[in-house]
Amino acid sequence: MAKPILMIKNLSKKYGENVVFHDISLTVNEGDTIVIIGPSGTGKSTLLRCINLLTYADEGQIWLDDLEITAKNCDEDRVRQHIGMVFQNFLLFNHLTALDNVMLGLTKVRRMKPDAAREKAMYELNRVGLVDRAGHYPGQLSGGQQQRVAIARALAMDPRIMLFDEPTSALDPELIGEVLEVMRKLALEGMTMLVVTHEMGFAREVADRIVFLEKGSIVEEGSPNDLFYHPKNERTREFLWKITELYGKKEEGE
Amino acid sequence: MNWLQLFQRYLPDFIKGAGVTIELTVVGLVIGFFLGLVLALARSYGPGWLKAIAVGYIELFRGTPLLVQLFIIYYGLPSLGLTLSQMLSAYLALGLNSAAYQAEYFRGSLQAIGSSQMTAGRAIGLSRWKTIWYVILPQALRLMIPAWSNEPISLLKTTAVVFLIAVQDLMAKAKRAAAETYDPIGSYLAVAVVYLVMVFILNWGLKYLERKTVIPGFEMESKKA
Repeated sequence: MAKPILMIKNLSKKYGENVVFHDISLTVNEGDTIVIIGPSGTGKSTLLRCINLLTYADEGQIWLDDLEITAKNCDEDRVRQHIGMVFQNFLLFNHLTALDNVMLGLTKVRRMKPDAAREKAMYELNRVGLVDRAGHYPGQLSGGQQQRVAIARALAMDPRIMLFDEPTSALDPELIGEVLEVMRKLALEGMTMLVVTHEMGFAREVADRIVFLEKGSIVEEGSPNDLFYHPKNERTREFLWKITELYGKKEEGE
Repeated sequence: MNWLQLFQRYLPDFIKGAGVTIELTVVGLVIGFFLGLVLALARSYGPGWLKAIAVGYIELFRGTPLLVQLFIIYYGLPSLGLTLSQMLSAYLALGLNSAAYQAEYFRGSLQAIGSSQMTAGRAIGLSRWKTIWYVILPQALRLMIPAWSNEPISLLKTTAVVFLIAVQDLMAKAKRAAAETYDPIGSYLAVAVVYLVMVFILNWGLKYLERKTVIPGFEMESKKA
């Protein structure tokens, strides 16, 4: 049986009176690609931020491998090293070249020697197909290229799992493909990924499991086949139909 | 004696005074820079009590005249048992005062860089302070330059108050020239020209710094907006 990398148990988060999500349990096994879908404001992004300890859950536990990262004495900087995160707005370091963006974590967090760090960074840039842009600054790159650098930056830390928070939502339609292509490749290489996205084509093709989140709870989860063709829940069917109508058209046509 | 003769006669003296003025500006600016940076970091990222100290400092030094601060340091501190030389008092007053203003320039640009870069740094495992040092400050300092350029220029001229504690700066030389020649207009005009030249050179240097530190691709970004 596959080894669980990430285990979430009964996780809840509130902002004051406002419940963001409630009693979420989710296991991500090694090599799995899990896609989380759901309407805006259902706590998908906050869930990812909780996993990366960028914000804290009120209740529940999260384990990364065998370490409980929600424990009080947990070294959060160490945890984040092992969890790669890709943001909707790329969040590259604007004053650094693509290469230096990827290198910063290697030299300052993992304390690698500059030469070794450069080599590793070039390897990661190659993985996302941007070796020829290594010397460019974020401001000189397209959105799709910036997001691929951000993916390389996260990959460089050799994370146990990659979290993607709507990685293509801020991109022009013609730039979405190159980012999804990189993600598809990562999934094939066996990277463990948890992806929040509205790209149904990607979800259907790449996901091992799809989790449908609404109003802070998991409504349904299962294989793409189950969710797309035999949804148990009426809301799942409705949502998928609507979202495929909106986003999935071009994949349908292919 | 016409104006040109006055200018020529006192030029060596003015240059000596200008040297002191530059010294005061540089030392004041450097003290103010580092203290201002610490204050801004304390105010932006420090715990509550530290924030309160920083805010208190900034409000106090921006809220009272530099001259009052200078007199308290030079004439007031001796009664508390601390006697400082004229130059040291001048350095201290200018530095402490400039720090309050520079802290606000720093704070403005720290805010503009914003929390998203902090998130990005933390997400790859950088600690809070490492993120500030390697990610936020390099960008905030660049962003700050155009607005901050006011401070060196303003400080250079503000140093003129130190002649009141008999520091022999450019202003003090002007006063002497005026007394000796009975030509206050000529003397002060001459010194005004010297100040103007210094500010002109300084301004040119600051513009150069601004151009040198621009982040490639970023200038396009701001044009797009």
